[in-house]
Amino acid sequence: MIKTIYLLFGRSSICCILFSGLFLQKITAQTESDALMIPKDYFCAGGMFTHSNWKDYWEGTFKRDNGNIGNLTKNTYAFVANYGIADKLNLLISVPYVTTKSSAGTLKGQKGVQDLSLALKCLAFQTELGKSILSAFAIATGSVPLSDYEPDFLPMSIGLHSKSAAIRGLVNYQSGGLFIAGAGQYIRHGNITIDRDSYYTTRLIYSNAVNIPDVTNFIFSSGYRSRRFNAEAIMMQSNTLGGFDIRKNDMPFPGNKMNFKTAGVLFKYSFDSRTGLELTAGGNYVLSGRNVGQATTFFGSLLYIFDFSKRISKSSN
Amino acid sequence: MNIRILNYKIPVSVFAISVFILACNKTIVDRTTLYQSLAPVNIDINADLWKPVLITDPGVFNMPAPDPLTSPAYLNDLNEIKGSQSNLTNEQKSMIKYWSAGAVLRWNEILRELVAKHNLPPYQSIDGTYPAPSSANPFSYPQFPFSNPPYAARAYAYVSAAQYDALIAAYHFKKLYSRSAPYINDLNIKPLIPKSALPSYPSEDAVVAGATVEILKLLFPTEIANIEQKAAEEMFSRILSGANVRGELTVGQLLGAQVADVFIARARTDRAGKAAGTPAIWAHLQDNATAGGDQPWISLESPKRPPMLPLFGKVIPFLFDTLTVTALRPGPPNLTSSSAFKKELTEVLYYSKNATRENQAIVEFWADGAGTYTPPGHWNAIAAEEFVKQNYSEVRWARNLALLNMAEMDAAIVCWDTKYFYFNQRPSQADPNIKTLTGVPNFPSYASGHSNFSGAAAAILTHLLPDRGTKFTDMANQAAISRLYGAIHYRSDCAAGLIVGDKVGQFAIKRAMSDGAGN
Repeated sequence: MIKTIYLLFGRSSICCILFSGLFLQKITAQTESDALMIPKDYFCAGGMFTHSNWKDYWEGTFKRDNGNIGNLTKNTYAFVANYGIADKLNLLISVPYVTTKSSAGTLKGQKGVQDLSLALKCLAFQTELGKSILSAFAIATGSVPLSDYEPDFLPMSIGLHSKSAAIRGLVNYQSGGLFIAGAGQYIRHGNITIDRDSYYTTRLIYSNAVNIPDVTNFIFSSGYRSRRFNAEAIMMQSNTLGGFDIRKNDMPFPGNKMNFKTAGVLFKYSFDSRTGLELTAGGNYVLSGRNVGQATTFFGSLLYIFDFSKRISKSSN
Repeated sequence: MNIRILNYKIPVSVFAISVFILACNKTIVDRTTLYQSLAPVNIDINADLWKPVLITDPGVFNMPAPDPLTSPAYLNDLNEIKGSQSNLTNEQKSMIKYWSAGAVLRWNEILRELVAKHNLPPYQSIDGTYPAPSSANPFSYPQFPFSNPPYAARAYAYVSAAQYDALIAAYHFKKLYSRSAPYINDLNIKPLIPKSALPSYPSEDAVVAGATVEILKLLFPTEIANIEQKAAEEMFSRILSGANVRGELTVGQLLGAQVADVFIARARTDRAGKAAGTPAIWAHLQDNATAGGDQPWISLESPKRPPMLPLFGKVIPFLFDTLTVTALRPGPPNLTSSSAFKKELTEVLYYSKNATRENQAIVEFWADGAGTYTPPGHWNAIAAEEFVKQNYSEVRWARNLALLNMAEMDAAIVCWDTKYFYFNQRPSQADPNIKTLTGVPNFPSYASGHSNFSGAAAAILTHLLPDRGTKFTDMANQAAISRLYGAIHYRSDCAAGLIVGDKVGQFAIKRAMSDGAGN
């Protein structure tokens, strides 16, 4: 039992899947979406770069490109960290700085510090099934905008400027080096305030408050995982509960319905089995969507894992 | 099998906190739903003597004398109200509340919504050209109309002016027949709206609805079913509330429609139908600018889109004649080769590069671009929120919105005349390094449309509501400068637009001072 748990705890889990470069998607390192934890008093921190780009997008279900946008590029530079509060409870943090730019048209690219994301990840359940391990995780996430960026300037905006709270359940089954995992998340979005005092959705609304619909997503991943190496394929489906379609040749709006399905891969390599440097790289592609850009995304991160448990135990001695 | 539940307290509390956060209320309150029932301070009983816009003699309209109060027809109508009131549904109650805020107000809001809904530039065809909306074939893409700012300005003007004239005609017959309201003639009828001393034959709500529906059939032909539905709801709400009997509503709608016909006849011949121009005209405009020694305007859209309504400057105004349009045209913009132009271009680049968040907020607030009710609609929204506080009679509501919207339409005409006379380039055309904080409108730069609309609106609104001080002027100045902050206009575009807009507004003020309504 000790041995198998050790395998689970063996590596950090900072930066797994990123979905960026859509009209809205927050660059949140979805660190909570894998079955990895770091032990108590371990601390992992580093930087992550994400590049995403799209040319085609969907107005409702109508797919098109736009000569007044060309390619829309979004770059994200994030500080990410994970702290082992307990062996079974990790705190994950991400602070992204985002820039956007279009290759055609006149619209000015935007940049700024986006949203602070905090997640509490808890190993809630674990059992051995022969030589395999079945584990379940509960993850609570909150995010809050860190700057006064403009959400009502899509697709150039760096985010939606919405506070959010989310809960996710994750189940992982690992047998030897092979694993499969499935996760579901419900994201509650707070309303946002825009600089206009009326706007059209499917009707005209006289308010500066905009309803940002809640979102659910489902992730399925499978791959190989050892102490020092991880390779997996990931599918994700994200659905907006409510929201409305962009009308033909209209501008996107934060309250749009924004659904998408992505396929991607993720690789991690650790130079040492417990502490030290960890490299992550991966990418994903939007297979289908609604009111989002068909983004291709690449990301890479460099993390360092510290073991504070020894120092703490030394100083307490 | 070895099952372990780990740290159950933490997941349970995480879950509890999450549920609490997730349960937060996300309802959006639309401030127009909070309006109270209209209870006019002054019923303006002599509005039949006010100066109408187009009609001359209300007596020419077909208006049958009302049935006597003792007639079976009237008694049946009263019974209909009593029957309807005996079991009101919640939906009916909210319908009464909605319409009780005022017919002119609600139809103005409906029109703003229609404008926003149809204010989308057509998507290009496969060959890179743009299909034009056609009033002859309104349902095929792109649907008719594309309610861009000039189109919208004209729509607001026709609807408001027709409502105003229709109410003057209604007042003529109200006084002629002097029939009191159902709840006065039958004490078993409960007035569910504020009582009014105004005679109720014909119904002012019905007259407004009749005029509006008829004009909107012309201006928004794809919306007829939707509009008819709203009118039917409004009529029913008047019966439910005990404000009118059915007969007063029927004749009211007929009267409104007759008055609207006078405006429709004008609209069909006001030259707006030809405002889109032709490729030959577009080329000619370009040659004109070149001959004048300036760099001509080129569409910054991809694919290049024909200029928006280049002949809208030829449309016949409401407040003055076409010669005055030319006379109001400001002097030329700075030529591309001039040092003044270079200086202004540098300033635009500065605002593009150094956009503060405050400036960006101002740009967004006033952007009023695609998918919105346009700048004239924004000024209607501003005016309506002020007028609500005044408790105007319906006829004064209509008169004041007519003054505003005739000024807005005429400002559009003068502005479009100016734009296409000079046909000069946008800042981003002169310097591609100028990136904008909002979309670049697809028409020449000088003078700023927002500034024209805002200058005109501020002038007439300040005249109508002098106790608001410089409120509207301050707003107009901000709307104008927002276009420089957005890096889509030179400072001189905004300055000239405000001045000319104010001049147009003065014509509306002149009319207001002589139309018999006072103030």
